[in-house]
Amino acid sequence: MIDKVFPTPDDALHDLPDGATIMFGGFVSAGSPSNLILALRRRGTKRLTGIANNIGLGDMLDVLCEERQLAKFIATFAIRASGARSSRFEEQYRRGEVELALVPQGTFVERIRAGGAGIGGFLTRTGIGTVVEEGKQVVSVSGVDYLLELPLRADFALIKAYRADRLGNLQYRRAGRNFNPVMATAADVVIAEVQEIVEPGEIDPEDVGTPGVYVDRVVRCEPVPIRWQG
Amino acid sequence: MVQGLSRELIALRVARELREGMVVNLGIGLPTLVSNFLPPDEQILLQAEDGILGYGPISEADFDPDLINAGGQPVTLLPGASFFDSAASFAMIRGGHVDVAVLGGLEVSERGDLANWYLPDRGGGSIGGAMDLACGARRLIVAMTHTAPGGRPRIRRSCEYPLTAAGVVDLIVTDLAVIEVHPEGLLLTEVAPGVAPDDVQSRTEPVLRRSPALREMEL
Repeated sequence: MIDKVFPTPDDALHDLPDGATIMFGGFVSAGSPSNLILALRRRGTKRLTGIANNIGLGDMLDVLCEERQLAKFIATFAIRASGARSSRFEEQYRRGEVELALVPQGTFVERIRAGGAGIGGFLTRTGIGTVVEEGKQVVSVSGVDYLLELPLRADFALIKAYRADRLGNLQYRRAGRNFNPVMATAADVVIAEVQEIVEPGEIDPEDVGTPGVYVDRVVRCEPVPIRWQG
Repeated sequence: MVQGLSRELIALRVARELREGMVVNLGIGLPTLVSNFLPPDEQILLQAEDGILGYGPISEADFDPDLINAGGQPVTLLPGASFFDSAASFAMIRGGHVDVAVLGGLEVSERGDLANWYLPDRGGGSIGGAMDLACGARRLIVAMTHTAPGGRPRIRRSCEYPLTAAGVVDLIVTDLAVIEVHPEGLLLTEVAPGVAPDDVQSRTEPVLRRSPALREMEL
């Protein structure tokens, strides 16, 4: 009998090693796997490369800076232009203690989609004529210049969904989808935090947002109420 | 001393550009205020990068962490709203399915180049969805103050800050003026109440052509 349910988020991360590359789903507060991030904080794993839309903005990821677990981060939003408030991540970045690669958000998600879909890269207008172009191949198609962007994959993906069954089928809720279903396709080990685990069949097949084939482990957790204060 | 429009009135003027049936993405900051001034009798679909089409006013009541706009603010849903993942969201944006994007600006050049993500003075900034929106939206409106704190013109011959995208801006709405971007240069079409065209020009680096129909903004 297939059973992907793990008892605790700490158990679900039992084999996550130092130096791993990890994708984190979520957009600010929406669909962010806060319990798995807190378990990663407790685990103390070091020299991690993180991949997430944002860090230090209404998400739990900034806790990974408390004991300097991050060596590198790939994000679309991490450093604010306004100096109103600094995250720990931003402070460490400014001291040169963590590396940051900023990626346009549409390119970020499409690179992950390509990584999960067996696509060797894609062409986009986004970034042409900007610093994003540096070091990349420009491909002209029918007289229009595009940047060649390459796929992105990870060792682990930590994601959040609303409900799961023991087969790993996931149902999402509202804007909690965001990067989660895409990242579920693009990592060797995919771990989903959910609010509820139900019997197979209870999630209507019409409502399955991520088929269980993509998901290795599920763990039920109480949602962490997080809210970005701007 | 020239008294320009408040941030709210800039947003109100931008809202006048929006029409029934349009799909519109509002950027973080000043553009977000546009949602407060949408024409009440027209159906305008607001798109949020995090995967909502058809969200409604910002509401602090009954906060749901899974129901936020791209600025992290809690929003409501209007009848007919839909959710989708980030890949679909940016396919919508890149694929030309968003009629209008309203973004904030740090600098706009006379060729319609936009710089709005990195502030060299602070040595910081993030790209977010701005580059994709700037390239992908059918029409790009930039809403910003005409000059930076200290009086430096934001509308320039060339942008000095790192670009968000080149040659993409269609309309600039500031506290002083409304300016269209055309292949032959910038066209001043409206001035804020009490602001003279010369006041606008003296705070703008490139030369503005003045529209024969140049008028005071109706607010």
